[in-house]
Amino acid sequence: MSDELTRLTRRGFLTMGIAAGAGFAGWKWLRTRTPEGGLAWPFRSVLELNESLAEGYFSTSRLSPAFRAADVTRARLNGRLGLKSEIDLDRWRLRIEGAKEPVELTIDDIRALPVREMITELRCIEGWSTIVAWRGARLSDLMARFPPPQQTQYVALETPDRGYYVGLDAGSAMHPQTLLAYEMNGAPLPSLHGAPLRLAIPVKYGIKNIKRIGTLRYTNIRPADFWAERGYDWYAGH
Amino acid sequence: MPQLKKKHPLAIRWFHWINFPLLALMIWSGILIYWAYPAYRLALGDFTIARMNLDQTTWRALHVNNRLAEGMALHFFFMWLFGINGLLYVAYTFISGEWRELAPDRHTLRQAWHVVLHDLHIRKEPPPSTKFNGAQKLAYTGVVLMGVGSLLTGLAIYKPVQLSWLTAVFGGYPMARFIHFWLTVGYVAFFIAHIAQVVRAGWNNFRAMVIGYEVVE
Repeated sequence: MSDELTRLTRRGFLTMGIAAGAGFAGWKWLRTRTPEGGLAWPFRSVLELNESLAEGYFSTSRLSPAFRAADVTRARLNGRLGLKSEIDLDRWRLRIEGAKEPVELTIDDIRALPVREMITELRCIEGWSTIVAWRGARLSDLMARFPPPQQTQYVALETPDRGYYVGLDAGSAMHPQTLLAYEMNGAPLPSLHGAPLRLAIPVKYGIKNIKRIGTLRYTNIRPADFWAERGYDWYAGH
Repeated sequence: MPQLKKKHPLAIRWFHWINFPLLALMIWSGILIYWAYPAYRLALGDFTIARMNLDQTTWRALHVNNRLAEGMALHFFFMWLFGINGLLYVAYTFISGEWRELAPDRHTLRQAWHVVLHDLHIRKEPPPSTKFNGAQKLAYTGVVLMGVGSLLTGLAIYKPVQLSWLTAVFGGYPMARFIHFWLTVGYVAFFIAHIAQVVRAGWNNFRAMVIGYEVVE
């Protein structure tokens, strides 16, 4: 028996040692691959695989849960990216690029679009969430009014100083709860929450809810995204 | 005369040892994510027993700070391997019939209590020697159910709009995240108890989890 036990023990621990070594080597390999957007490419590839699965399942008919007015929480402020420069609200325009012809809209043009209201959850990528009452126009209504020449794959949004910018897949842009918001919690947008116009997009993490939109662009090339360049998931979708 | 007796099937040993680093990576990447919003506390009503948080100096010393993006990328990479390995393990226990050794039955609770009393040296006579005693059946079945809970609450906070029905099942987004966190604390508790029991049980028992055989008198 003891010979047999010795043989089994040697074989078992040797196999385990080799497996552990292979696992460790695999881990080291993964961690040392060339970064893409601040992330070793195998991790970036899997985020993109997850994205294609999520996009395949995505439906604009599935909605972010609606809340009651009493559920609204205190608004939380996180970051001033893209808001650091001065802004003259009277001279602000929303520029649309990539439409049949270039468009510049005033806030009254946006307010003239059908008014939508919703009370939804804003989920920050850090983990906290708040309930916000939004009032604005559907991005899909704006896109129908000023359509791209052909169907667009992406929508890019930037602050006027390009200090912050996000990219959206067309599906999320066309979602009925994706609003160009000009009011939050019953009052015009405060400056640090993105006056005069920001995105409210509950099908994405908070990072995609860009404040103080200056430019909206239709494009078939995947737009740059501030946080995706810093290691985060480009899709960041719910 | 001592004899070699087959104890753990090859497949179960592989599932077990593959799960160990994968669960460790899921917990570690989860901590990198949790750092960004370490809001939970252990409390009795309003009395806080322990804040589930560290001060920034300690976070920094542990190299956990400012690694949210990396943590999420790791979490959403290894979730596949962790989930697939776990599902294969459960499928295997069903197909092989091994689940009969693991699933609790109507005697399990009483046996588990017996094990606890015996381990605490309160009750002398040893529990009946089945492959897994009552306490083990409860622990090993429980930890698998926790795994199912982690996968489901994980999905609920990963896609709270497209899977909003699932998020609602767990009481909404913040509650699903809360459950996801405490299940993880549960794994840590399981791990501590598991290691303590493995050390107590001794080399023959540990070796069986590696080579598959134990020595019986």
